[in-house]
Amino acid sequence: MKSTLKGSASSSSSAVSPVDRPLSRPRTEVNLSAFAFLFSELVQYSQQRVANVTELEHRLEDVGYRVGSRMLELLCFREKGNRRETRLLGILNFVNTTVWRSLFGKPAESLERGADNEDEYMISDRELLVNRFISVPKDFGELNCGAFVSGIVKGVLESAGFPAQVSAHFVPVEGQPRRTTILMKFAPAVMAREQRLGGI
Amino acid sequence: MATIFSLVIINKSGGLIFQKDFTETARVDTNEAMTQASIWHSLHAISAQLSPTPGCTGIELLETDTFNLHCFLAPTGTKFVLTCAPRAAGMEVLLQIIYELYSDYVLKNPFYEMEMPIRCAEFDSHLLSEIRSRS
Repeated sequence: MKSTLKGSASSSSSAVSPVDRPLSRPRTEVNLSAFAFLFSELVQYSQQRVANVTELEHRLEDVGYRVGSRMLELLCFREKGNRRETRLLGILNFVNTTVWRSLFGKPAESLERGADNEDEYMISDRELLVNRFISVPKDFGELNCGAFVSGIVKGVLESAGFPAQVSAHFVPVEGQPRRTTILMKFAPAVMAREQRLGGI
Repeated sequence: MATIFSLVIINKSGGLIFQKDFTETARVDTNEAMTQASIWHSLHAISAQLSPTPGCTGIELLETDTFNLHCFLAPTGTKFVLTCAPRAAGMEVLLQIIYELYSDYVLKNPFYEMEMPIRCAEFDSHLLSEIRSRS
């Protein structure tokens, strides 16, 4: 099957097709510059196909969503031995530590509950890795390319059974002008289920 | 601590894409700076051809009584021109650092068009802190 797929006449070569590689191989690191150029091209590609800033953010979010749903499957297999999170705090910690560590090499800086609303939670970071080299021009307003990361989070949450609206915002504080917050607003069904299961 | 007067970045066609003065005395207005940049671009090209030794890549250092001018030519043809006080040390290293900052905060910025004037806030702030730490 392998050699027919590859279309070559020779028998098995030493190169293994990506779909045949074992899933549990150790994590590899990618060069930051290589990723930065790829992400920059992703943003430019999306920009050419949208009419305004909001659409650009949605597009980046969509791309991130696809990454997120796949990440959940892979991380559950690799890191957690196929255990499934059923509680809100569990999935939030999973996103905060495991997902962040797998994506960016270290856990997120803080996880907070929204002050005003019960169903809002926030993950904050000093500066999102994807935004490191990006300077948004003034005429793009409030665009945050961290929409890609909020899409990843949304993909993870929805595939795990915790549908939510996720967005990325710049929240500058003293000494951290590029501090970004990922805001997650969970669907009422999720909050109701949490209540039934034992409340927070 | 050397005094650094200004930094000018010239694209491969000779157009001015970035200009920043770091002291009051060195203020130059934009139109004049654009003319100076294209003159320097031509001078640089001519000097490479005038050289009697093969493999010359153009003027790297211009020394005068009142200032020194260091020029770094990137492999892509972009020129980084730094003017500083005479007898300032470590300027070649600084130019390398500035080149790194350029390749990070300008070239990896999706909102930057190649060969266009540089308007990246991150590049400005990192450049300023780098210059401040040296002068």
